[in-house]
Amino acid sequence: MNVAASENADVRLVDVTKRFEDVVAVDRLSLEIEHGSFYALLGPSGCGKTTTLRMIGGFEQPSEGEIFLGDAEVSGLPAYKRDVNTVFQSYALFPHLSIFENVAFGLRRRSVRGQTLTGQVNEILRLVGLEGMGKRKPRQLSGGQQQRVALARALVNKPRVLLLDEPLGALDLKLRKQMQLELKGIQHDIDITFVHVTHDQEEAMTMADKIAVMNHGRIEQLGTPTELYETPATAFVAGFLGVSNLIPGTVSGSDTVQLRRGPEVRVRPEALQGRTGEVAVGIRPEKIALGQGQANALDGTIVEEAYVGVATQYIVETDCGRLTVYRQNASPGLNGASPGQRLTLSWSPDSTFVVDSMEGPE
Amino acid sequence: MGLFHRHRQLTPYLLLAPGVLWLTVFFVVPLGVLAYQSLESGNFDVGYSFTWAWGNYWDALQNYRGQFIRSLEYAGIATLLALLLSYPVAYWIAFRGGRWKNLLLLFIVAPFFVTYLIRTLAWETILADHGFVVHTLQHLHVLGAGGRLLATSTAVVTGITYNFLPFMALPLYVSLEQIDERLLEAAQDLYASKWKAFVKVTLPLSLPGIVAGTLLTFIPAAGDFINAQLLGSPQNHMIGNVIQSKFLELTDYPAAAAMSFILMAGILAAVFLYARAVGTEQLTGTPV
Repeated sequence: MNVAASENADVRLVDVTKRFEDVVAVDRLSLEIEHGSFYALLGPSGCGKTTTLRMIGGFEQPSEGEIFLGDAEVSGLPAYKRDVNTVFQSYALFPHLSIFENVAFGLRRRSVRGQTLTGQVNEILRLVGLEGMGKRKPRQLSGGQQQRVALARALVNKPRVLLLDEPLGALDLKLRKQMQLELKGIQHDIDITFVHVTHDQEEAMTMADKIAVMNHGRIEQLGTPTELYETPATAFVAGFLGVSNLIPGTVSGSDTVQLRRGPEVRVRPEALQGRTGEVAVGIRPEKIALGQGQANALDGTIVEEAYVGVATQYIVETDCGRLTVYRQNASPGLNGASPGQRLTLSWSPDSTFVVDSMEGPE
Repeated sequence: MGLFHRHRQLTPYLLLAPGVLWLTVFFVVPLGVLAYQSLESGNFDVGYSFTWAWGNYWDALQNYRGQFIRSLEYAGIATLLALLLSYPVAYWIAFRGGRWKNLLLLFIVAPFFVTYLIRTLAWETILADHGFVVHTLQHLHVLGAGGRLLATSTAVVTGITYNFLPFMALPLYVSLEQIDERLLEAAQDLYASKWKAFVKVTLPLSLPGIVAGTLLTFIPAAGDFINAQLLGSPQNHMIGNVIQSKFLELTDYPAAAAMSFILMAGILAAVFLYARAVGTEQLTGTPV
C-alpha cells in the first residue's frame, strides 16, 4: 500500500513495520497526517498505537519502512534531533527543576537565552493557565497542573508535531473532560499538528478531527469521528466506538440484505460497497425506534429495561438475537414500554451499515 | 496500648527514648569524658589532673600538623577516587543490571564478609615488593628497577579507596536506581543528547547519593589508621596513627584526646563547607 505524498503532510509513515524479537507490534503501517490536524491513534492495548507514536518521536526505530516529518526523512534519527515534542503519559517532569526551568529545558538546549527565553516561557505558562507558578517545583502542583506543565514544556518549542501519549489518563473523570476541551481549544489557537494516542474512544471522538482505529498493528479504519461512528467499516470498529447491534445475513440485492433468521432489510447501496454473500448489518441502539414507522422492521419482546438518565436502555429479544435500543428521555418519566411487552422495532435504511462479518473487538 | 492511648502526647518521646539513651550512654558521655581528658595534664605514672591544659591542643597542632593535613588529603583523594570508580559501576548496575542487579550488588559488598584487617593485609600481599603487581609495573617501566608500591602514599590511598568503596557505591546505586528512565526520554525529547541528558538530569538527581557516599567515605577515612600502618611508612602516617599510638602505646591520654577533638573539628568544618557548597537539601533529601 502506498500513500500519495500530499503537499501538506507533517507526518508521513510509509510501510512501517516494527518487530520486538518475534512480536510484530506495527505491521506495514502507512499513514499521513495533515498540517494543523488533531489526529488520534485509537485502539485497545497492544494494538501498536504507542509504538507508532514512539517511532514518530524517535524513541523507537522502525524495523522496516520510512518516516517523514514534512519532507525530511527522519527514520534513524534520535529523538533529540527531531522537530517533535511529547507529552508523556506520566508527564515525566524533572523533579529537581522548577516549573520555569522544566518549561525552559528545550529552549536552553537550543541556545535560547535571556529576555527571549523568559518571555517565551512566561507566555506559554500564561497560555496553559499557570502564570506565576514558575518558581514552584513539580511535586507542589496538582495532577491537572502537572499535566499543563507537561503540555507547556512541549509546546514552548513550537514543534512541527506534538505527540500526546495518553495525556489525560492520570486525571479524574471531571478534570479529564475539562482538559479534553481545553486541549482542543489550545490546538485550534496555536495551529500545531497534534498526534494523540488513546484507548478511550470518547476522548478520541471529543478531541480529534481524524481518528485512525488500530488493531493488530494495522489501521482498521481511518476517518472523522462521524464517519467512524455512522459507517464503521468493520465489526471491530463498530464495537470499539460505541455500542452497536450486529445481525448476520446474506446480500440479496443491490440494496437489500436477507437476515439469517428474519426479514429482508433495506440498506443504502453505498453501504454494501460491492459486498456479496455473508455479511452483517449493523444499527446503533439510538437509531432504532420502539414501534413501526421506518422501512426496516423486526418484532421482539422487551426483556430488560434500564433508566440511565439521558436515555432508557432496552434489551429486546428478537428472532435475530438480542438487540440494544436507546430511547431518549425527552419528556419526564418512563417511556411506557416495559419488560414482557411485545412490540415492533423499526429503523431507517440510512441508519444501517454493513460489515463483513460478526467478529467484533477481542 | 492503654498507656499509649491515655498519654498520646507522650508516645513520640517513648519511641525516642531507647535511641536517646543509647546516644547518651555511648556517645555524649564518652565525648564529655574525652573533652575532660583533653584538658588534663600529668602522665601515666603520677596520674592525671584537670588543669584546663589548653596547651595540649596547641602542642598537637604544632607537632602533628603534617599528619592532620595528610589525613584530610588522603581521605579527600581516596573519596574522589572511590566516587570516580563507583559511579560508572553503580550507574551500570542501576540502569543495565536487569535481573542481575542483586547479584552484582552482592559482589560489591562481598569483600565486607572478610574483616577489615584481613582485607588490608591482603593488599599488603598484593602490593608486596616481589609481588606480581610490582613486577608487572617494573616490567612496563611505570616503576623504576628498585621501585616499590608498599610504604608509599599511593599504597595508603589505594587501600583506603578499596576499603571504603562500598560506602560510596551503595548510596550512589540507590539514588541512581530511583531515577525514572522516562525522565531521560523526556530530556532527549527536549533536544538533549545522551550526554546532555546525563549532565542535566541524571547527575543532579543522583546528587543526594553522591553527597551521602562522599560523607560516608570521607569521615571514617580521615580517622583511619590501619591502611597507613599496614601499607604505608612512617612518612605516610595519618593523624589516626598518632592518636592510636598516644592512647595505646605512650598512654599520653590528654594529647590523644586533644587530637581527637581537633580531628573532629576539622571534619565538621570540611562537612560544613561541603554542605554549604552543594546545598543542605542534598544532605537530607528533603524538598525546599
